[in-house]
Amino acid sequence: MTTIALIGNQNSGKTTLFNALTGSNQHVGNFPGVTVEQKKGKIKKHTSFEVVDLPGIYSLSPYTMEEIVAIDYLLDEKPDIILNIVDATNIERNLYLTMQLIELQIPMIIALNMMDEVISSGNCIDIEGLEKQLGTRVIPISAYKEEGIEDLIESIIELSKNPLTKKIDLCHGEIHKAIHSISHLIEDNAKNIDYPVKYCATKVIEDDEKTIKRLNLDENQLHIIHHIIENMEQKEGTDKDVALVEMRYNEIERICSLTVFKEQETTEQIRSEKIDKILTHKYLGIPIFIVIMLLVFFLTFNVLGEPLQNLLEQFVDFVTASIIDLLESYHVASWLISLLQDGVFTGVGSVLSFLPLIVILFFFLSILEDSGYMARVAFVMDKMLRKIGLSGKSFVPMLIGFGCSVPAIMATRTLSSQRDRKMTIILTPFMSCSAKLPIYGMIISAFFSTKAAFAMITIYLIGIFTAIVSALLLKATVFPGDPVPFVMELPAYRIPTLKSVLIHMWEKAKDFIKKAFTIIFLASMLIWFLQSFNFQFEMVADSSQSILAFLGAKISWLFKPLGFDDWRLSTALITGITAKESVVSTLSVLTNTTTAVALNQSLQGLLNPASAFAFLTFTVLYMPCVAAFAASKRELQSLKEAILIAIFQTGMAYIFAFIVYRICLLMI
Amino acid sequence: MKLNELKPGKIAIINNVNGKGLLRRRLLEMGLTPKTKVLCRKVAPMGDPIELYVRSYVLTLRKDDAKMIDIEEIQ
Repeated sequence: MTTIALIGNQNSGKTTLFNALTGSNQHVGNFPGVTVEQKKGKIKKHTSFEVVDLPGIYSLSPYTMEEIVAIDYLLDEKPDIILNIVDATNIERNLYLTMQLIELQIPMIIALNMMDEVISSGNCIDIEGLEKQLGTRVIPISAYKEEGIEDLIESIIELSKNPLTKKIDLCHGEIHKAIHSISHLIEDNAKNIDYPVKYCATKVIEDDEKTIKRLNLDENQLHIIHHIIENMEQKEGTDKDVALVEMRYNEIERICSLTVFKEQETTEQIRSEKIDKILTHKYLGIPIFIVIMLLVFFLTFNVLGEPLQNLLEQFVDFVTASIIDLLESYHVASWLISLLQDGVFTGVGSVLSFLPLIVILFFFLSILEDSGYMARVAFVMDKMLRKIGLSGKSFVPMLIGFGCSVPAIMATRTLSSQRDRKMTIILTPFMSCSAKLPIYGMIISAFFSTKAAFAMITIYLIGIFTAIVSALLLKATVFPGDPVPFVMELPAYRIPTLKSVLIHMWEKAKDFIKKAFTIIFLASMLIWFLQSFNFQFEMVADSSQSILAFLGAKISWLFKPLGFDDWRLSTALITGITAKESVVSTLSVLTNTTTAVALNQSLQGLLNPASAFAFLTFTVLYMPCVAAFAASKRELQSLKEAILIAIFQTGMAYIFAFIVYRICLLMI
Repeated sequence: MKLNELKPGKIAIINNVNGKGLLRRRLLEMGLTPKTKVLCRKVAPMGDPIELYVRSYVLTLRKDDAKMIDIEEIQ
């Protein structure tokens, strides 16, 4: 098996190339010990070649989790070949990473992507010249049009048979001397840990603690290195960081002046500038963004999602009914029928009901992402979110949270910083999701029917307000320090390929079913069991005799400070964890009411307006449903963290419901 | 003059990148090295961040970070 590490800048077309090389032979996993996604796939028709898709990064500095993962993979897993994808329309900055990769002394091939755009714009790159200068094979491709892929595969196979790395020195001047002196000095240390010596030398100059520690340098060596660097800085008249980066860029500029013939910006770049005149316009930018998101929401949750959900529901109901009928005709025990009907099929049904939303939402989101618009959203919205310690990129997941927390949490995968991702996962469920609407409807019609709109807006604002307070709290405690600096590229707009959109959609759907099924399923079964049995493990006809009702009664005192301590309300809150809309159905079962009017009346007996509003506040904020919990466990790769977050959310719900109750008591 | 003061449509040459640590290195690595030409293309609707054109690509930067870069306006 030959392992090929695919690496390149963000927006260089890496995912498109990965899809073109591997087709559907992909596995998604994680890099060991971290939550960074790792995709592996075998090359089509050449299954002894495995491609590992490394995160999209700009340099080998250990700046983000993604970069650390990529560096560690290259150094420790030692892939046989590096496949470096370079965006030909943005060659200068893309080659910066290439310069660092060359130092690793691993056989390398460069896939020069988007060559079609370069040529169609009347520009030109001398491929042979570039190969000579860089000492590697350079294959012009268009990942988007799947051009040049065969050539690329051929040269990968060729290189694997004859894995050579040409030694070329891509530096000069004082910094060059310093690198060489240090290389000599630490040669044995680098050999001991089997790291490329020149890479180590530049890392030592960069003062990279991890490498210095691993190299196990002695006092004497460190002293000499210090001296060499000082000497170099003096002669260069600049500090070591600038010297190193300038060395690489100077070399890139020299190479490009020999090989890149650029008359003008590419057609795509010119077009992008024009599109941005509207989409990031000073006054139009934000309204357009809101309209686009509303449209996505409307299409996902109303136009397409609802009918599909209903269709699925009917299908599940039909299957359930047919199987139950069959079982009843054989006189199967009633507990088994109940298990299947209320436990198994309800569980399956609730898992499936999310599926249309996820598929449709990610269809639109991948279009927005692949087209380059998401980067503009981050650009337009950054200032607002920075105040709470996040960057503009967190805006979209939070917005999706108003529809459904599950895809919202799954959408945090596009955030490049782990810190921002975690914070966004914690805050997103505070955005009131659409499954909570029936609860609001129930309480509002019973207590606030004259001020319905005002009550509704207040609920949403409470959610947003709690998110802001939580963000500030988290920023001050769990996630101190600055958010990852917002140094972001705005890629040229491109029309997304149907293939990559479909692959993305399929991945999300598969991911959700695989990972969420067990948790949601088990939770539904558990609730079914608790709701249908008493402590003698006898089935109960009236769920008020069940274990669940007992547990609900046991914890009801907890809610006394919030104004609602009736066991039926606390029981409904427990069932709400399986799916938020169950709060309503549980309440109507437990209060023995079948009509909305009757339910209103019995609610008016259980609550007063102040405690009703506290109850509402609690339902908006407390831990999300199991599906969202499963999604956050999946994204965080940690059950412990997911549980801690759920506790935090429930705690915030408790505090805010208490405050709301007290305020309402004063006002009403 | 600092990069955050560059008006949209104006071009400048970078003199020096101040600051320290990883952020400074990231700015350098994204191509904002001394003697490089930058064009300020736009300011975001809410007044921050800014959009730059440098080394044939489009880069966005927060004004706070841009403040660390000394420039000289040329046109």
